[in-house]
Amino acid sequence: MQPAAAHAGLDFPHRHLLGIEALSAAEIGALLDLADRYVGHNRQIDKKLDLLRGRTQINLFFEASTRTQSSFELAGKRLGADVMNMAVSSSAIKKGETLLDTAMTLNAMHPDLLVVRHGESGAVELLAQKVDCAVINAGDGSHEHPTQALLDALTIRRRRGRLDGLLVAICGDILHSRVARSNIRLLTIMGAQVRLVAPPTLLPGAVQTWPVEVFHDMRAGLADCDIVMMLRLQTERMQGAFVPSIREYFYFYGLDEEKLAVAKPDALIMHPGPMNRGVEIDSAVADDINRSVIREQVEMGVAVRMAVLDALSHHLSNRPRVPV
Amino acid sequence: MSTATVAYLGARLIDPASGLDTHGDLLTVGEKIADLGPGLFTGGAPEGAEVVRCAGAVLCPGLVDMRVFVGEPGFEHMETLKSASRAAAAGGVTSFASMPNTDPVIDDVSLVEFVERRAREVGLVHVHPMAALTKGLQGKQMTELGLLKKGGAVGFTDGDRAVGDAQLMRRAMSYATRFDGLIVQHAEEPALSRDGAMNEGVVSARLGLPGIPATAEVILVERDLRLAALTGARYHVALVSCASALEAIAGAKARGLPVSCAVSPHHLLLTEEDVGNYRTFFKVSPPLRTEADRRAMIQGLANGTIDAIVSSHNPQDQESKRRPFGQAAFGAVGLETLLAAALDLHHGGQVDLSVLLRALTARPAELLGLPVGRLARGAPADLVLIDLDRDWTVDPGRLRSKSKNTPFEGRIFRGAVLRTISGGRTVFVREET
Repeated sequence: MQPAAAHAGLDFPHRHLLGIEALSAAEIGALLDLADRYVGHNRQIDKKLDLLRGRTQINLFFEASTRTQSSFELAGKRLGADVMNMAVSSSAIKKGETLLDTAMTLNAMHPDLLVVRHGESGAVELLAQKVDCAVINAGDGSHEHPTQALLDALTIRRRRGRLDGLLVAICGDILHSRVARSNIRLLTIMGAQVRLVAPPTLLPGAVQTWPVEVFHDMRAGLADCDIVMMLRLQTERMQGAFVPSIREYFYFYGLDEEKLAVAKPDALIMHPGPMNRGVEIDSAVADDINRSVIREQVEMGVAVRMAVLDALSHHLSNRPRVPV
Repeated sequence: MSTATVAYLGARLIDPASGLDTHGDLLTVGEKIADLGPGLFTGGAPEGAEVVRCAGAVLCPGLVDMRVFVGEPGFEHMETLKSASRAAAAGGVTSFASMPNTDPVIDDVSLVEFVERRAREVGLVHVHPMAALTKGLQGKQMTELGLLKKGGAVGFTDGDRAVGDAQLMRRAMSYATRFDGLIVQHAEEPALSRDGAMNEGVVSARLGLPGIPATAEVILVERDLRLAALTGARYHVALVSCASALEAIAGAKARGLPVSCAVSPHHLLLTEEDVGNYRTFFKVSPPLRTEADRRAMIQGLANGTIDAIVSSHNPQDQESKRRPFGQAAFGAVGLETLLAAALDLHHGGQVDLSVLLRALTARPAELLGLPVGRLARGAPADLVLIDLDRDWTVDPGRLRSKSKNTPFEGRIFRGAVLRTISGGRTVFVREET
């Protein structure tokens, strides 16, 4: 099977994928349909395609990441691209090399696809303005992480058959979370109803202008939810800066069996990883094979990233013809 | 000393200090205004005088800018006293107060004298240093306020840094009353604004950028107003940006405190929405606020709560600005757009021309204790000739400033400086375009 062949009619007008914000419901739907086909493809023995043969994909990570980077690496390789991982050490930045110096260096290498993660909001967009290739945002600061939102949506859609009308609770450090921002955008565009559950210190002040319902009480927020999405809480933010202690945070906002009991009986539990067991999620809940789809999210991640690379490849110059 | 005589014929003379607004002529002899008024040269210009035909353009006092970051010494690649002076002349600014945020910091009498000497060597416009309020801008130890004032410092400020320590601020204010020193504060509670990149609100939440709440400004303004009441010091808020801080200042003024404040054209014309998708040329300090705040600034200017309009000229090179928003430097250049941006409010019918000009000339001169900013016999011949209706487009490439970080790139302004006269000498003439 050649998933790419099946989507000859895919209309994806964007040169880069910088965030969910720029996408329409139809475009998101098309990406998810394509990703769905890649899920099937990835379960075959022969996973290698030649859609991106001859293309160079560079994974440029200014922030360490294991799962996102390896997921993009696998996605690129399965589509036949030459994939190079570039970890930009913080020492290079301390030596004064700016993001734009990096862009110049990259341009000289003639990549076709650039996957970027950076600790600063807006850094990926800035880079996209300065390089000649397609850019995929693999997470920028607290801004967006579009492929995470897409893989979450794919996971939900495969389990529930739809996104429209679902009640989704996103719980934890909303303030600093790019995963939350991308997910809120995507789920809202696709017609789901979003609830945010967090202490006031971990919510942006302007949250009341967002199209969401806000809860400080987790039991109230989880009541009747179809999906419970947990966010990772950075440990350095828990030592009295945003919440008083890990113990207190887990008491009020950690997901355990008792709090989960108020959600729908078949509610799905999601987490972008890596998890802090005993901080935001109880091990028993995380490992509940009937409800936790955390491992499935990883599988969907590769498929979604293949779909994104595929969609963007259509705007690359001298695109090799895809057999129909 | 020069005794050159220049006759300005047929101008619209505006002196915001006295309320004069009349068609007439003006004569300068040497560095002073010798005479002015309607029909001054009905019998012809004086023998031997150079004649400048004004053709009905506005002739008013040269602008006085209370807040200019220069870069010399230490950051000459961004701006020198020479390039800043040229930018000032092109903007109609004949006097400006330079900020102490240089390397080394202007916190010592010898450094105040250095800036004054360098500016004299350049010899275009008058540069008056403000000295650091605390040594090394560290916020810990008062500088030698008395000696600095004696050396020529027109005010005391840590520039773009707030003095957060209330005890230090109280003592500096108290001490400065001995010689009527002007204490200038960048009003932003450091603990609330630290790490912030833009106004905390709808846009920062969307972009995922750490915010600087308006509350940070209000808290420090209110605290300082209390300290000003306690000590009787002359206190000036370097830049006010939010409605609630302005309210606090209006209240203090109503109680008769000797307090004042200024606003920049950025906060009069732009809002947080202009940041768009991480446009770092719109990253200024204090940050651009909401539309409601912007309207409040205009109203505060119109009703006199805001004393002065300042460029808050802050040159930054490409290296400092072409970065992710959170890492990019704060600041925008403004000397060359100060007048035109202010005139936007005149053309929009929001603020009277005389009120705008007063906030650009007489009032800041008064706050700084300078004898400029007015059209009067015997006053310094610092003048600017303005075509109120000439359109021009801001082209960063044509700015005299060494740094081109203007948020007004491509904007068409109505109102242009035709000629700038400093100490009786023409220091800028607009090329015909």
